[in-house]
Amino acid sequence: MSKPTALSIGIQRGGLEIKQFMRQRESVVFTMLFPLILLAIFGSVFSDSIAEGVTFSQYFVAGMVASGLVNTGFQQLAIMIPVERDFGTLKRLRGTPMPASSYFIGKAILVTVSMLIQVILLLAAGVAFFGVDLPASANKWFTLFALVVLGSACSTILGIAFSNVPKSGRGASAVVSPVVIILQFFSGVFFIFTSLPAWMQQVAAIFPLKWMTQGMRSVFLPDSFAAREVAGNWETTRTFAIIGAWLIVGLIWAMRSFKWERS
Amino acid sequence: MSTVISVSGLQKSYGTNRAVAGVDLEIRQGEIFALLGPNGAGKTTTVEILEGFRHRDGGTVSVLGFDPATRGGAAQSWRDRIGIVLQSTHDAGDLTVLESVTHFAGYYTNPKNPREVLDLVGLSDKADSLGRTLSGGQRRRLDVALGIIGSPELIFLDEPTTGFDPEARRAFWGLIRKLRDEGATILLTTHYLDEAEALADRVAVINHGKIIEVSTPANLGGRATALATVSWREGGLLRTQETDSPTKFIAELSARFQGEIPELSAKRPSLEDIYLRMIGSEHE
Repeated sequence: MSKPTALSIGIQRGGLEIKQFMRQRESVVFTMLFPLILLAIFGSVFSDSIAEGVTFSQYFVAGMVASGLVNTGFQQLAIMIPVERDFGTLKRLRGTPMPASSYFIGKAILVTVSMLIQVILLLAAGVAFFGVDLPASANKWFTLFALVVLGSACSTILGIAFSNVPKSGRGASAVVSPVVIILQFFSGVFFIFTSLPAWMQQVAAIFPLKWMTQGMRSVFLPDSFAAREVAGNWETTRTFAIIGAWLIVGLIWAMRSFKWERS
Repeated sequence: MSTVISVSGLQKSYGTNRAVAGVDLEIRQGEIFALLGPNGAGKTTTVEILEGFRHRDGGTVSVLGFDPATRGGAAQSWRDRIGIVLQSTHDAGDLTVLESVTHFAGYYTNPKNPREVLDLVGLSDKADSLGRTLSGGQRRRLDVALGIIGSPELIFLDEPTTGFDPEARRAFWGLIRKLRDEGATILLTTHYLDEAEALADRVAVINHGKIIEVSTPANLGGRATALATVSWREGGLLRTQETDSPTKFIAELSARFQGEIPELSAKRPSLEDIYLRMIGSEHE
């Protein structure tokens, strides 16, 4: 028989990860419905338009998709992997011929697939109940898709890398969640980014969430809004470059620091 | 017979604690080899170095002709040939037994048939149960199934029957012998001396990071030639006598009693007696 490859095992692991995820009903509900609930709350509280024909929901949907990337990838994995470490899942895998990269690929598949489902649900609910307009051109749809895929990969690998920070599965949520929430506030997920203090904007610009959110605004807002961005345009190239750079940083960080056992 | 595991001068320290202080071992193809020792004796550290989970500080190690400290693609080919059954794990609760075993089969070049493996470990009727619904003993058998699915030439078994009832242990021993008879080499660590006695072709006793003795269970610590203890009741008192010729001694007793000797027993030291004596003497 032939030797399985890292990619073929990774794809099998992706299927297995999705199966396990779907069987944990609470986490499915939390991951898939939480953005919808937030959209419902914000959409009801801020029912005004922020400009002619653009509701706050429209602005907020961009933030929700972007922060979905962080929640589904970074936050979920940085909490889930320490638990797998505590349970001996990782040590057992370490003792098999499975390459480490297959494990990473499996996680990336889990995150990307749940992200795509989440976006579909969010857009469907947004259109049905909150008057959200879908991306206006094929170009914008493509940007959306590319951002979701690249953003999922980036968020996955940073979650894997950060999973070494919590000391145990039990404490992981307390370590990871504040990081995510602060990042969301700084990055203009809940507020209009340019109305944040300048220092906050500058701090946020170091991290990928700000760029994911800005990228999503370029997808969901009319092009006339580009002028309201810090740079006066969408900075699409820079957006992809920075997310890609974080992907590489995360890859190096994860490869170097990943632990299969709780030390 | 060829050598499967060869260790010489193995050293490993944690800070100032010398967990492994010069271990030498030769394990031959097709044998069940038990490593015995109290907690903290260096047993787990030694085995984890052989499994490639830990780095050593010194000495040479060869497992299936390969240095377990090597990383990368060669290590993956090596892992293709070994099976590891770790101490208690609680993973894969949301997968069925068959899903887990089938998935792990996908990691190996030459896997066994998942259903046949479930038959072998006696989990066929649990094939469609979720991992989290299994009892402790069933869980352990799943661990073994995952450890042997890749048709390993060498199997590491760490405390395999902890938490088993006596019947399940007997069944499990049968399974281990079967794997050996199919040609696998097995390195077993256990706290149960009766398990080592029932299963092992050879045992090694480790304490304070050193191997004290390697022998067959019957000969360990001079057990085969050790004094036997004869006990009986005489004049209302329980009497005992240590002797190197129990048959002769009992014949004499029998002559004296003119028939049945009250509460007669004669016993050789058990493996456990010998083991405790060895560990105890090392403590001084």
